[in-house]
Amino acid sequence: MALKRVRFTFPEEMIKEPVIYRMGHEFQVVTNVRMADVDEHTGWVVLEIDGDPEEIERSLVWAQSRGVRVDPVVGDIVEG
Amino acid sequence: MSFAKSLRCRECHREYPLAAIHVCEFCFGPLEAAYDYDAIRRNTTRESIASGPASLWRYKNLLPCDAGAAVDIGAGFTPLIRAKNLGKALGLNDLYIKNDTVNPTWSFKDRVVAVASTRARELGYEKLACASTGNLANSVSAHAAAAGMDAVVFIPHDLEAGKVLGSSIYGPTLVKVRGNYDAVNRLCAELAGSYNWAFVNVNVRPYYSEGSKTLGFEVAEQLGWRAPDHCVVPIASGSLFVKIRKGFDELAKIGLIDPPRTRMSGAQATGCSPVAVAWEEGSMNFRPQRPNTIARSLAIGNPADGYYSLVQLRDTNGACGNVSDEEIVAGMTLLAETEGIFGETAAGVTVASLKQLAERGRIGPDELTVAFITGAGFKTAEAVAEALKPPLEVDASMESFEQAYEALQKAEVPA
Repeated sequence: MALKRVRFTFPEEMIKEPVIYRMGHEFQVVTNVRMADVDEHTGWVVLEIDGDPEEIERSLVWAQSRGVRVDPVVGDIVEG
Repeated sequence: MSFAKSLRCRECHREYPLAAIHVCEFCFGPLEAAYDYDAIRRNTTRESIASGPASLWRYKNLLPCDAGAAVDIGAGFTPLIRAKNLGKALGLNDLYIKNDTVNPTWSFKDRVVAVASTRARELGYEKLACASTGNLANSVSAHAAAAGMDAVVFIPHDLEAGKVLGSSIYGPTLVKVRGNYDAVNRLCAELAGSYNWAFVNVNVRPYYSEGSKTLGFEVAEQLGWRAPDHCVVPIASGSLFVKIRKGFDELAKIGLIDPPRTRMSGAQATGCSPVAVAWEEGSMNFRPQRPNTIARSLAIGNPADGYYSLVQLRDTNGACGNVSDEEIVAGMTLLAETEGIFGETAAGVTVASLKQLAERGRIGPDELTVAFITGAGFKTAEAVAEALKPPLEVDASMESFEQAYEALQKAEVPA
């Protein structure tokens, strides 16, 4: 089992979709929202995902395929 | 010795020991060094600083590591230049350039890496690591070499040859990562969590970022112990932007300058402008972007300090420039032709933003304004190569020269 922290950013057209709920149903992962800020135009959620490492990866690929941007929680690592 | 007493979460203010950690376990806020300012005040005067070395280590009392064991390749204390010619071109009567192109590896990253590598060595690390598109890689490689540490540096596979050489000369383990920007970023985040190395901008980031304060310290000292009215700073992760102002605030806190009223303005390239776009939309939530700009040293699509940059723009009545690649090239040439300083593409972003903000009335003509030039132009020479006029080519005879020179002068006469 593994625990991964990621930041989801939702585009405007995704704001109303229950992506995190569906992710927990379609994959064997436990999701825990730790921080969030969502308004009518955009939103971000810091999420802890618990599960088998490969299942976590599959769930993240699925989330990205739905249009969610997935980033490391600390922001970009690559600098100038 | 250092006067740093703990790490503190910038959001919930929980305290942590001075270890290699960077994120609050409770709220995921960034950790920042906290100091005993009363002790610093008792032990620091303008004179004690002025009698220190001509490097950033003159501000040792305000840094989170022991300067007695510093990894010192001479970073900092760079020139502050009165930019009369550029100021005249932009209608700014009191403009200064902080020229950080003259650092040992030719960018401001030497400031942050000097502090990070010193602290990493104190914490017992033997390896310094980073992921970078250029400047940071150069600086980590150089500091590791001087410190007798190993360096492991991750770079995108398509990085220009000149930038690769600027690191490889120092003998690090260079790793070219195949994949797009997001993939490189994701891998490096995983590596940072898996290996017990000092990733300078990840697990030792609270120390690393403090190095940027020294730009604020120096500007205030070089202006005769006062903070400027306005600063224009390039924004990548946003850390530099926030820490320069923290430098002014700390000098005031220990009684060396009056409380600053400095307006802080940012500069971003349109091809990677999450902070500038949020600012224009009046939002405190930036949307991450996939970078596509010639200013690769500023190409951070998901900036760690993006939110804090927006807070600072708001709280100091600043503004944020947002300039195209063409404007960046024009900014680089304008800086070179007016002040004799060849800055990299990030400098082009700063100068073009300075111009944009001045034209829009966001910088007052008589404000004492400082523009921060953070890296040298030879690192990104290809960006301007096509925009420059070619040299005259002549045979080795007076006649050939005079013919070519006369033709040039005729061509340059305005119609």
